[in-house]
Amino acid sequence: MSERVFVVLLAIAAVLVTGAPVVAHHGAASFDTEREITLKGTVTEWIWANPHCFLKFDAIDDTGTVRNWVVETQNPTDMTVRGWRRTSFKAGDQVTVTLQPVKNGAPVGRVRKVMLANGETLGTTSTPPAGAPAQPAQPPQR
Amino acid sequence: MTNRFRLAFMVAAAALTLAAVSFAQNQPWNNPGRALNPNQQQGDAGPAPRRDLTGIWDAGGGGIGATGYPTSALTPWGEEVSKTHKAGDGSRMVPLPEINDPLSTLGDPAGFPRLLLFELRPFQVVHTLNSVLMLYMFEKRWRVIWTDGRQLPKDPDPRWYGYSVGRWEDDYTFVIETVGMDERTWLDNSGNPHSDQMRVEERYHRVNQNSLELTVTIDDPKAYTKPWVPKNKLPLRLLPAGTDLMEMIPSASGAAAYRKAMAEPIK
Repeated sequence: MSERVFVVLLAIAAVLVTGAPVVAHHGAASFDTEREITLKGTVTEWIWANPHCFLKFDAIDDTGTVRNWVVETQNPTDMTVRGWRRTSFKAGDQVTVTLQPVKNGAPVGRVRKVMLANGETLGTTSTPPAGAPAQPAQPPQR
Repeated sequence: MTNRFRLAFMVAAAALTLAAVSFAQNQPWNNPGRALNPNQQQGDAGPAPRRDLTGIWDAGGGGIGATGYPTSALTPWGEEVSKTHKAGDGSRMVPLPEINDPLSTLGDPAGFPRLLLFELRPFQVVHTLNSVLMLYMFEKRWRVIWTDGRQLPKDPDPRWYGYSVGRWEDDYTFVIETVGMDERTWLDNSGNPHSDQMRVEERYHRVNQNSLELTVTIDDPKAYTKPWVPKNKLPLRLLPAGTDLMEMIPSASGAAAYRKAMAEPIK
């Protein structure tokens, strides 16, 4: 197999595995797309709904103040493809959230990935990342 | 890179791909559609059946038009209308609090043809004696395409999803003409406008048992200087017959919750 053929096959395999990137229905104009921050916090609410799901969590900032963050994911359909579920979080869960914040400093952003207390990680690419929960025995009900 | 490493890598990639497909196929309820790779064939791709589009079709990621489409040049009327559209994505993208997309901020219907150009999620085609029904996962909408030979209406009352008639151009190509769309709707996610004079042609070409191609042409002389083609032979794949699709309904209350959570804190 030549190197060129091999590279082409690898590219095809990559597309097959990862699928299309997450699309933005509401755009990126408000987000600081050059910046990612990671916060440890406690889940206060997980909203599994269209047009976007929201994870709300309390996290302590650099000044010691607790702020309630609201971070969006894509819709339930696209997040299901990525291994997320209506039951992925509940209030009180400890999470480590990597997010893209909005530009104006408000505690608002969009999720890049979330690590659960047991080390499992939920990401925003098509294929559930390593360590993501296995498919539930029961399919998600809505 | 050694041949052994190459082989191992490719086996791993294939295994992941098969796992993703298996994931989609084994879900008895709430299949999200996009879990199935759009290029994945369902078994043997036999010959196309004659004059039959029956089944659940999925364009995968190709059906999602997040940033809108390049169009032909706008007319002065089209330019004026387009300036009032503050989109969440694409060439007219504005910050979240300024978006006035009627679908994402008000919960208005996507309308036609935005249903094809923004969120073309899986849809089911059902043939009846005098019509073809198209049942869409997104919005849980349906369209009736009359095949009984009737003519399109002249000066119709506007509809969110217009008035449609269809005919078989040949045994494998079904052509739909649609008129009478409500001007409040946007064509796509970038806020491209349309007028009540728009005419939309859809061409569904059955390539084989498992594959369909969709071409969409927009002809709107009031808004655009010439016809243009946002979808050109978009591949669609047949999903298993027992596929139960998720709901994906952009409700007004969902739109309001989004504004409250995401837009209001950053005003």
